[in-house]
Amino acid sequence: MEATVTTANSEEKTWGGGNEPMGASYGKLMMWFFIVSDALTFSGFLAAYGFSRFKFIETWPLADEVFTHFPFMHGVSAPMYYVALMTFILIFSSVTMVLAVDAGHQMKKNKVILYMFLTIIGGMIFVGSQAWEWKNFIKGEYGAIETKGGSLLQFVDKDGKRVALADFAATLPEDREQLTRNKAKWFMSEPALPSYSVAEVQAGFKAHPELLIRTEVITAAKQKTILSRAESETRLTQAHYVVEGANLVRNEYGSKLFADFFFFITGFHGFHVLSGVIINIIIFFNVLIGTYEKRRSYEMVEKVGLYWHFVDLVWVFVFTVFYLV
Amino acid sequence: MSHVHVSNTGRIWKVFGILSAVTIIEVFLGILKPEFLHMNNFLGMNLLNWIFYALTIYKAYYIVWAFMHMEGEKSSLRSAVVFPLIFLILYILFILLTEGDYIYEVFKNSTIKWNF
Repeated sequence: MEATVTTANSEEKTWGGGNEPMGASYGKLMMWFFIVSDALTFSGFLAAYGFSRFKFIETWPLADEVFTHFPFMHGVSAPMYYVALMTFILIFSSVTMVLAVDAGHQMKKNKVILYMFLTIIGGMIFVGSQAWEWKNFIKGEYGAIETKGGSLLQFVDKDGKRVALADFAATLPEDREQLTRNKAKWFMSEPALPSYSVAEVQAGFKAHPELLIRTEVITAAKQKTILSRAESETRLTQAHYVVEGANLVRNEYGSKLFADFFFFITGFHGFHVLSGVIINIIIFFNVLIGTYEKRRSYEMVEKVGLYWHFVDLVWVFVFTVFYLV
Repeated sequence: MSHVHVSNTGRIWKVFGILSAVTIIEVFLGILKPEFLHMNNFLGMNLLNWIFYALTIYKAYYIVWAFMHMEGEKSSLRSAVVFPLIFLILYILFILLTEGDYIYEVFKNSTIKWNF
């Protein structure tokens, strides 16, 4: 017990060990310092995101056009509701965690078990929600065209509403075979081909005179620029690549760095949540078998609680930076 | 443990209420985007974003102070955790955001087009 929970030195032996100059046990203090360093790591990532965003301030994607999905609501644009829900889930699991810590202080084992269990469930729902969010982000909805110069063109109708490639792309009698190993193309490999070729998109665009092109550039009214029909046609001649969904190289939402930062920062946070859930499960079983009851101290629950709240704290910032601002 | 533990579930639920209310306000503002906040800039960022960051820090304060129970710790621990963070984060933000804006200007004013 002495190794894990130090008690205050009441005998005034300054050099005798067991001192707590900051009024916190060794384990708790180290958890705080870990949190400080981890907070600096996340700040570094978010500041790097800010750097790239300031660098491409005129062409950065608009968040409320990217994250518009909500479960069981297909085709309905619901910006932010889903992440708001995720935020609630995480805040609520933070509440159950702090209730578990509170119950631990009063040595109420059954309450600790209940609240720890709820916390774990909340964490799992959050990680699952994030996986769903990633799935939508990777799959994409409309598709876009990348030009030779590396900028991204999206398609809209006369009212400025987004149009998916599938809605207008022509079907041309061309056959481009995907290179795979089992077709004896062992020396070649390539990523999955997009559903439409550049020529098909161009032909489809010609056949639909009502379509216009939207560029990445943000206007003074904080909307994306929509080109005239003539400008759109010239612009589309420079088409080079069909982009569908998102990966680490390109994404249909706009700036290439946008998807990279999204995957990296939300992924790193999701990994923290996952480790938090695993640590919570370990502590949960320790509570179940009565380890802390024997130790007469539930401080371990408090320590994982600190970590869990920290994960919630980071999410509050990720939520603001990625979805609101 | 030296300090006495009293149950403060009342405060926990109050803080949960505050955090939820602030999140609802944020989502509400984010969907509405009021014109006078969204279009007026202050120090290179529009007022709406300033409000979002202020509310975020307000939430962060409650999470750290109430949930992580920072309010019950000694002031030396509070200072050891909070001040290095505030100083270093403001520092890195200042450096990186200034630099990002500088590169934006270079791209904008140069004769070479980087993305077309």
